[in-house]
Amino acid sequence: MTKREWLERDYRESGERPVRFSTVSDMVVEPLYTDEDASAAASVGLPGQFPFTRGVYPSMYRGRLWTMRQFAGFGTAEDTNERFHFLLQHGQTGLSTAFDMPTLMGYDADHPRARGEVGREGVTMSTLGDMRALFKSVPLAQVTTSMTVNCTASVALAMYLAVAEEQGVPWTKLGGTIQNDMLKEFIAQKEWISPPVPSLRVVVDMIDFCARQVPRWHPVSISGYHIREAGSTAVQELAFTLADGIAYVEAALARGLAVDTFAPRLSFFFNLHNDFLEEVAKLRAARRLWATLMRDRFGAKDPHSLRLRMHAQTAGCSLTAQQPLNNVVRVTVQALAGVLGGVQSLHTNSLDETLALPSEQAVMVALRTQQILAEESGVTNVVDPLGGSFAVEALTDRMEREARDYIERIDGLGGMVRAIEAGYPQREIAEAAYVYQQQLERGEKVVVGVNRYAVAEERPPELLRVPLEVEERQIDRVRRWKRERNGAEARAALARVRAAAEGSENLMPVLVDAVKAGCTVGEVSDVYRTVFGVYQDPAWL
Amino acid sequence: MAVSGRPLRILVAKPGLDGHDRGAKIIVRALRDAGFEVIYTGLHQTPEMIAEAAIQEDVDAVGLSILSGAHLTLFPAVIDELKRRGGGDITIFGGGIVPDEDQPALAGAGVAKVFTPGATIQDVVDWVRGNVRPRA
Repeated sequence: MTKREWLERDYRESGERPVRFSTVSDMVVEPLYTDEDASAAASVGLPGQFPFTRGVYPSMYRGRLWTMRQFAGFGTAEDTNERFHFLLQHGQTGLSTAFDMPTLMGYDADHPRARGEVGREGVTMSTLGDMRALFKSVPLAQVTTSMTVNCTASVALAMYLAVAEEQGVPWTKLGGTIQNDMLKEFIAQKEWISPPVPSLRVVVDMIDFCARQVPRWHPVSISGYHIREAGSTAVQELAFTLADGIAYVEAALARGLAVDTFAPRLSFFFNLHNDFLEEVAKLRAARRLWATLMRDRFGAKDPHSLRLRMHAQTAGCSLTAQQPLNNVVRVTVQALAGVLGGVQSLHTNSLDETLALPSEQAVMVALRTQQILAEESGVTNVVDPLGGSFAVEALTDRMEREARDYIERIDGLGGMVRAIEAGYPQREIAEAAYVYQQQLERGEKVVVGVNRYAVAEERPPELLRVPLEVEERQIDRVRRWKRERNGAEARAALARVRAAAEGSENLMPVLVDAVKAGCTVGEVSDVYRTVFGVYQDPAWL
Repeated sequence: MAVSGRPLRILVAKPGLDGHDRGAKIIVRALRDAGFEVIYTGLHQTPEMIAEAAIQEDVDAVGLSILSGAHLTLFPAVIDELKRRGGGDITIFGGGIVPDEDQPALAGAGVAKVFTPGATIQDVVDWVRGNVRPRA
């Protein structure tokens, strides 16, 4: 019997519920997938082999578990350093730093625009002294660190390199990731200083510099996470992320770098939303599409250039303030999709984070969720256990095909930088977000505890709150830092940053000197504002 | 819909340094679809910029979207700046991640309503219809 015969006879007779069978991204799915739908085995391949659909390494989690990397940052550097040590003591295997909004926008804590926001959504970081305190007693040669920072990534990396020097750790031994994905800032996360073109120049400076001097570092983490959080569909997340990746590769090639010198250090960051099969398919399609693009479009030869390695995080936007314990279940399902999708590194969200900063207890449950998946569930015993599932392979094919269509459209607009300037991805995301909200309100999409199965409940009080005194303390500290440094030395170093920004010299070496001379995040950002200009939100709707 | 026969004019504003504009953009579209005249400031606005825009655009209400945790600083700052410019009668409402225990302080500062996670766009539209009046 063919699939069509089965659908028209057996399936129709058995009937179905009167709902729209679609993913959270509203991709309509078929009742059944068979070998008529799925890719031939050849295009799926084997784990560790081109096109890496089934994973980037042959032995996957039998060889090495993913890195359990919980994102943390609040208050002062000392507050966050304490949380880092707490997480490491409880078995976390990598660090991940959240910076506050002033740091992410290039303002020191003592700037008027920082009022009310110092240390609130991340750790405050204005000076080398702050970075030193953040990583106090953290052995940087052993622990890999991720830093979520973009338009001020160059300064943060310079500070991290300076702290490594102080700890006696050579740069060649430093492993970690700096997000530094400016294109997705314009698309989704929206923390910026200067317009796209000069922002991209700084990113390429960092890619070039790290390839030569910090070879184990990932100088950019090409991120779909924020695109999805801003309301995109899964296909948009996949397509815009890979289109951003294409733009970085093209910019680095235009600088004269050879593809295989930098491509192996590009890494990716995806969202893990509620729809299990869609998410698994997205991650598998991402690997296959990137490998194919790198080989066929950019002529990469080194197998490491073809491997899309990824961090993933469960979807913050999927969590609910209502009945927050239910979030543990959502995070578990999402994390399982990540593991079965083959991630290299994972953050699991805390159940209480729609209300406030995560409490220690909630962070512990989130970390334990990963440990239970890794060490109790058994899913790590088999490499890519979902490979060969007709549904998973068919959905993987479809995600890849639809993402390719988007990438072609973006190529047609002149590439991602031009597309961003025209507001294309921003509008696509705003539209998808609005459509989803309407579906929620009509009850076509269900959120348990919110638009179905709601109960009257009292919200618990905020458990972890950053006191307002933190801001005052940090302002004093930054002012003291500026008073006590050698002013002439700092001014001279900042002038060298300005000269490098105005010319074509790589910014990173002068930035390392500048932060050592006491220059702050805000001061370097002011140079960027002066030389590169200030980007204003075009507010695409 | 408005008593005077003209549509209500609403400024949707995004104060603070964070880039979370998903909610603000949805509200802008929903209020427009409901027939209001809506102006959106875009991201990263200071309280001064927001108050200035509210006066220049002659709006009846300002809706602030705040997800930075700085609501206790930013709501009162916008209200002060509005008063300084003769806009003390403009209705102020907002939405974002605001803990329940902060609601009394915001109400005391003159914030008419704060929508928190789980509120629907219909809730917001209905509230604006029922509570915002055209300025004289």
